[in-house]
Amino acid sequence: MTEQGIGAAVARREDRRFVTGQGHYTDDINRRGQTHACFVRSPHAHATLNGVDTAAARAMPGVRGIFIGEDMAEVGPLICGWAITDVNGEPHRAPPHPALAIGKVNFVGDAVAVVIADTLEQAKDAAAAVDVDYGILGAVVDPATAAPDGQIQIHETAPGNLSYEWAIGDQAAIDAAFEGAAHVTSLEFTNNRLVPNAMEPRACIAEYEDGTGDYTLYLTSQNPHVHRLVMSAFHGLAPEHKLRVVAPDVGGGFGSKIFIYAEEVVLTWASRHIGRPIKWTAERTESFLTDCHGRDHVTKAELALDGDGKFLAMRVNTIANMGAYLSTFASAVPTYLYATLLAGQYTTGGIYCNVKAVFTNTVPVDAYRGAGRPEAAYVVERLVEAAAAETGRDPAELRKTNFVPTDAFPYETPVIMQYDCGDFAGSMDQALDLAGYSGFQARKAESKAGGKLRGVGFSSYIEACGVAPSAAAGSLGAGVGLWESANIRFNPTGNVQLFTGCHSHGQGHETAYAQIVADKLGVPYEQVDVIHGDSAKVPFGMGTYGSRSAAVGGSAIVKAADKVIEKGRKIAAHALEASEDDIEFAGGNFTVTGTDKAMNIAEVAFTAYVPHNYPEGLEPGLDETAFYDPLNFSFPAGTHICEVEVDPETGSVSIERYAAVDDFGVLINPLIVEGQVHGGIGQGVGQAMLEQAVYDNDGQLISGSYMDYTMPRADDVPNYDVGFNGVPSPLNPLGVKGCGEAGAIAAPAAVMNAVHDALSDVGVGHIEMPATPLRVWQAIQDAAA
Amino acid sequence: MYNFEYRKAGSVDEAAGIVGSDEDAKLLAGGMTYIPTLKQRLASPTTVVDLNGVGGLDGISADGNGVTIGAMVRHAAVAASADVAAAIPALADLASHIGDPQVRNRGTLGGSIANNDPAADYPAALVGLGATVQTNKRAIAADDFFTGLFETALDQDEVVTSVSFPRAGKAAYMKFPNPASRYAIAGVFVAQAADGVRVAVTGAGPCVFRVGEMEAALAANWSADAVAGIGIPADGLNEDIHASAEYRAHLVTVMAKRAVAKAG
Repeated sequence: MTEQGIGAAVARREDRRFVTGQGHYTDDINRRGQTHACFVRSPHAHATLNGVDTAAARAMPGVRGIFIGEDMAEVGPLICGWAITDVNGEPHRAPPHPALAIGKVNFVGDAVAVVIADTLEQAKDAAAAVDVDYGILGAVVDPATAAPDGQIQIHETAPGNLSYEWAIGDQAAIDAAFEGAAHVTSLEFTNNRLVPNAMEPRACIAEYEDGTGDYTLYLTSQNPHVHRLVMSAFHGLAPEHKLRVVAPDVGGGFGSKIFIYAEEVVLTWASRHIGRPIKWTAERTESFLTDCHGRDHVTKAELALDGDGKFLAMRVNTIANMGAYLSTFASAVPTYLYATLLAGQYTTGGIYCNVKAVFTNTVPVDAYRGAGRPEAAYVVERLVEAAAAETGRDPAELRKTNFVPTDAFPYETPVIMQYDCGDFAGSMDQALDLAGYSGFQARKAESKAGGKLRGVGFSSYIEACGVAPSAAAGSLGAGVGLWESANIRFNPTGNVQLFTGCHSHGQGHETAYAQIVADKLGVPYEQVDVIHGDSAKVPFGMGTYGSRSAAVGGSAIVKAADKVIEKGRKIAAHALEASEDDIEFAGGNFTVTGTDKAMNIAEVAFTAYVPHNYPEGLEPGLDETAFYDPLNFSFPAGTHICEVEVDPETGSVSIERYAAVDDFGVLINPLIVEGQVHGGIGQGVGQAMLEQAVYDNDGQLISGSYMDYTMPRADDVPNYDVGFNGVPSPLNPLGVKGCGEAGAIAAPAAVMNAVHDALSDVGVGHIEMPATPLRVWQAIQDAAA
Repeated sequence: MYNFEYRKAGSVDEAAGIVGSDEDAKLLAGGMTYIPTLKQRLASPTTVVDLNGVGGLDGISADGNGVTIGAMVRHAAVAASADVAAAIPALADLASHIGDPQVRNRGTLGGSIANNDPAADYPAALVGLGATVQTNKRAIAADDFFTGLFETALDQDEVVTSVSFPRAGKAAYMKFPNPASRYAIAGVFVAQAADGVRVAVTGAGPCVFRVGEMEAALAANWSADAVAGIGIPADGLNEDIHASAEYRAHLVTVMAKRAVAKAG
């Protein structure tokens, strides 16, 4: 079985349907009697709702119903599921977020009303006829100036537009450490705001069956059970047992499809009121305006070094833009997913981080591929690289001087993380080799001869994924458990259906999970089917985000497989007339130790369902469910090295080389892992060089289409040199760590460090992401002036 | 999109007749701009008159004077045409870099110039080569055709039928693309055209324009160095999140220099 078991580069089985157009997405589903929804959205960033006149719209052809916020008063507001305790011991301010605005709109795209009609065109026509009287207010857009006194107030319950001020670390001790430093590196920068841009826009179909009282919600969700839980428990839309959530094929999420959005709440509620199924599919403009954005930090960061280059202390002050409301997991992103990673791979003596989370009149900001960890890696790795340049040290050597040594694990950081294992210096050496670092100076000289600037940049990132140990997360404010479940069901004919609560929307679970089952149970890979995304089929689940599907979801599968083996042993022992203790299981066979008496697991399964010769008192069937709650986060880490060439005449930057060496522990499928690395780096390159959500002073999204929002294209990214230096995690049964976000976490710093290195030749000291041609050219002009 | 009447024109005269009698009727060529406009409900025409299938608009012919390209010829066909490559290779090269493969397989020469997007590539070729636009009513010199931002000399009942490009000596087009849309932030077509050296700039201003100072310099000395020191004023150039007016002005000089170098 090993050729298709753990570690095998099996081609993804799901790609056949995806690349031949046979994927089955939410918008592909059509229900009998289906109607269509169009949302009336605010064109203003901040305005009072003085009146919503729907009379003319109601009279238009095909209209089945029009609802505004007041109509839905019985439905609870959208919630934030992670409660942060601020510096004063108070809970964060999470102002109410009604699914349809009541009294006031707070960002362009905020939903004011929903129009439901027989056809989409009719719904759009009627939506255009809804007359909304807006009282336009000034808008708060810039997070850096959102909080001070005297500003425009967005929410009554969040004075100064502040959701919370939060801090970690001993400020006085850190300040003292800075006093004694031989060198202090200080940087100020923004972490640019990004639009997730999943290929498939968000969509949902809500259906209510009057005869049974059952609701079915087809939805673009990364976590259908979480949607079911929140919509039942907090919105009161339907009891949990009466709400089925189906997330079929989903075309990319990157975090943006974790959250509970207004549209699915409104449609589920409205489906009962109009008695017909309702479909809504976001148009691309709606995706730009209403999908939760990512990042958006303004940070001042300082690193104190001693005379030997040892990192004494780090001090970080960040303003995090939450947008208009606190989204589902938004509060955790700039706190527990950010400040806790500021130790990086280093033995930095002490760390203080202060975070002010502010409201602005922009779409909510929440987790986006990496979620807090890219921001942390950018802080740490920009500081380290700048410190190397300022103190005349080789950036690789300075890192090595400060790496947590291999024999120091488990390692407690100053910011409450315990790293389980790693080989930071080993990954660095491997990356230096892969990048051809020793030849860099020669390549730089060649570039110079051609009138170009060449730079090299490092990113020795670490991240925490495999989200998350429930009790630990709960103690920090999480409102849910973060375990995962798996159900392995043998059929009498010996093949297997695996039901998982994780959800695949590009990750390749259907292949990788089948490999785990094949490996653990010795069942042919082809005879394992993976089923996910339907709360009526899968018992329970917490979904897919935070690179958890292997470390948490995969571990649940191993636990379920262990239960199958345990029961199978009893069945085999009885059939083979041996003691249970004498039964060994390997390669799919239960064997009596020291004999050739054996029974294949398929025969065991048959016996379990046709229990004619069967252990007394043992339940029939071979169908085992397991829940797994992780012991800790897992800590993927590695070194990425990027080499860029800058055309000083135009400001264009091209990535000439990109080497990545990552420690993901054990690889279940190296082909899929490498694909995840490529995709992650691509998004990281996007953040570093291309992507930027730009709002004007009135809160209008200027980069609200692909004419102005630059998505990475194939020719924007290089051929990657990818290597692995896996140190198996001792904390989960697979030894895996998680690979989905690492590229997006590592790449921005690697690229920007390279850009800074190249531009240092012409006197440019600082440049922000994205390093667009305009920015680079302007920086060169300014430096020359 | 809003509802409209769809008419498939049988002839240029029929199409001209429909749009001539109804100012809210609109011609459809490749639809690379107009279909997205309709889908976003940014236009509400009474009638859309489809020129696809109208005979006589899709040919490319060459003679001693140059090439004539039908209004409905797709960009990909221009890029792949042996006649165009032999007569004016810079024109084939320009067409091969318009948009992406989907746009090149669908978008048309006539549609592009009639729309006159300030960042489109073809206007630079027409003005840079001193081309002549043929319509159902008359011949219009390229210098007179492009009149402003999305504005042309075309009358309401006028349909572009072809464009004639005179042969040129050395010629080349270089553009600096908008990173997001890949339209030209600044595109410069330089040519030893039939009536003298021409330098036409697209993308940088509200409408394609010529740079007389560069034309004179190149007429005297056809070399990249001749234009390297010639700047154009930033006043009146386009500004957006991707490029300031100053950056665009700078890029015009850089692209002009590189175009001359490319032309050889």
